[in-house]
Amino acid sequence: MSVMSSGDLLHVVTNDNISDGRKRLGRLLVWGSAGLLLLVALLQTLQVLGWRDFGFANWRPTLYAYVGWAIALCWAQVLIRGEAGKRVLFVLPAALFVISLTVFPLLFGLLIAFSDWNLSSPDGRQFNGLDNVRQMWADPFFWNAMLNMVWYTLAIIVEYAIAFGLALMLNAQIRARKFFRVAFLLPLMLSPVAVSWMIGKSMLEVRFGPIARLARWLGWENPSFFSSPELAKLAIMLMDAWTFIPFMMIMILAGLQAIPKELTEAARVDGATGWKAFWEITFPLMLPVSITAILIRIIFKLKLADIVINVTSGGPGGATDTVTSFIFREYRDRSNVGYGTLLAMVYLVAIIIFMTLLMKFADRYARPRQ
Amino acid sequence: MNAQIFHDTAADLAPRKGGTLGKVGIYTVLIIWAFICLFPIYWTATTSFKIAPNVMQGAMIPWVDYQPDWKGWRAIGLSPDTIGTDSTVRDEFLKRFGNSAIVAFSASVLAVALGSLAAYGLSRFSYKWAWMRNNDISFFFLSQLILPPVVLALPFLVLYREVDLLDSRIGLILLYALSVLPIVIWIMKDQFAAIPTELEEAALVDGLSIWGAFLTIILPIALPGMVAAFILSLVLTWNEYFFAALLTSTHATTLPVMVASQTGSQGISWWSMAAISFAAILPLIVIGIVLERYIIKGMAAGAVK
Repeated sequence: MSVMSSGDLLHVVTNDNISDGRKRLGRLLVWGSAGLLLLVALLQTLQVLGWRDFGFANWRPTLYAYVGWAIALCWAQVLIRGEAGKRVLFVLPAALFVISLTVFPLLFGLLIAFSDWNLSSPDGRQFNGLDNVRQMWADPFFWNAMLNMVWYTLAIIVEYAIAFGLALMLNAQIRARKFFRVAFLLPLMLSPVAVSWMIGKSMLEVRFGPIARLARWLGWENPSFFSSPELAKLAIMLMDAWTFIPFMMIMILAGLQAIPKELTEAARVDGATGWKAFWEITFPLMLPVSITAILIRIIFKLKLADIVINVTSGGPGGATDTVTSFIFREYRDRSNVGYGTLLAMVYLVAIIIFMTLLMKFADRYARPRQ
Repeated sequence: MNAQIFHDTAADLAPRKGGTLGKVGIYTVLIIWAFICLFPIYWTATTSFKIAPNVMQGAMIPWVDYQPDWKGWRAIGLSPDTIGTDSTVRDEFLKRFGNSAIVAFSASVLAVALGSLAAYGLSRFSYKWAWMRNNDISFFFLSQLILPPVVLALPFLVLYREVDLLDSRIGLILLYALSVLPIVIWIMKDQFAAIPTELEEAALVDGLSIWGAFLTIILPIALPGMVAAFILSLVLTWNEYFFAALLTSTHATTLPVMVASQTGSQGISWWSMAAISFAAILPLIVIGIVLERYIIKGMAAGAVK
């Protein structure tokens, strides 16, 4: 995923004559609204600490003051900086939106992660230092879920091979290409929850599900897909693959269609056919697209949860648990947000390290051939 | 950038001679895979017309194996004979359906609006904020994609409780917009980068402001890309389950939560489950068939540079 801006930048020279009064108004807006935000936040904090009751029912007033400050900040850009401010206005709303909705909750999450906080008990948040870390260290189910993520991620190799094969076939000279493309795309459109029900609960039902009946017809006496750990994991992998293979297939297909026809023609003239042409021309040319597709697929795979939550709830014995589904149950069963948040934070750090290494590696691997 | 991604012209589609055996093999695999993709949908649709004995027998084909019955649809009040009467289940279903529609639509609009603006800015101007330049800012936006929902879920649960946004549609809309924003920015950056800057330069010379040039000249050109980003966001947000399951309870629950909540209770009534599931996925199947071009355009963005 190279994030280079490929287009030329727009160069505009503008001469703004911004009066001092306008600049002052802009600054007044920003600082005034910031002051208001601080004041409201302070009053609310005082009320929470029990100094005095100002009649706030919740933290909404602070939220509104924050939104007001954000709007004032955007507006002041234009007031203070004129044309340059108008340009900032393109990116600033999105940046403010993302920062307020991720950075702030993440910092808050760090605070929760080192607390014992049962939402249903009246005690509220209790700081408990590194207790959660110790608990995590000794929690075999969490490490088991982490290990499961490795298996789930490795399944992407197979998904990629299937997706590549399908893309190659769709790229061949075939009839009814549009029908096949739409049919192949449909699984991606369906909600994982519906997929859990349609396939996981209904079609894999032991007594009368069509897949179970097929298995029995093929000579498997007692097909139960969710009783042994290996089979259950495989079933989850297959369902997830069913939904997401179209995604990789479409990306690879788009890449295949971007390969200049002359290249493959030239290869054919040179006598490279079939298998050899694929390995020596198509595959290397497709490497950048493949890496992008796989990286994005890994990102989505690391979020896998819906199917597991709805089909197996992590069972049997945690064999199908993903980190997300494990934390989900941890919260559902004990409504303890502290421990769950710590696990999530550890998971996030692990993901960041893993993805950074992977992208570095992919970059080095893909660059020379590009 | 309006170039076709897939070539469906007559010349492309005309089959070439040779390799009949290979052709048969290709079609066999294609048909098998199409069957794998479509069968679960077919199974759900047909199961919604079965009654208990049909389900137990594992009947497959309507009118041949079993006589279709409206039982499943009657259970959710959507069969022809119950459609005029009062039905609490139907009201419930329609409420969830409405919630899903409102949340998915609003979140997608918000994400496409914010994302397009940011993508345009990043593709046209050079920014500098602290140590961050354009590439760093882009990376900041895109890196949000790796943030697993579970990391945000619990802090949001607590924060939303404090600001009284739990179980509200606004709360879900904000989170959903956040979760699809990186994808929108990714697609739209690609779109804007393909539009030559001469267009705006000419407009600026003609006296338009930069926002005027963006709104009147660039936006119409980038519209197909925006539609692609919008549809993709719509699909992702319509299907979202995790946040909805954690952050909503009665008022703002969406369809996936309703589908999921049916599974556990007192012996599964297969027919009504199938009916609910099918009704939940039907809008997406329609979108998938009708707007396939846009979905593919959205997903192919970035794959081909």
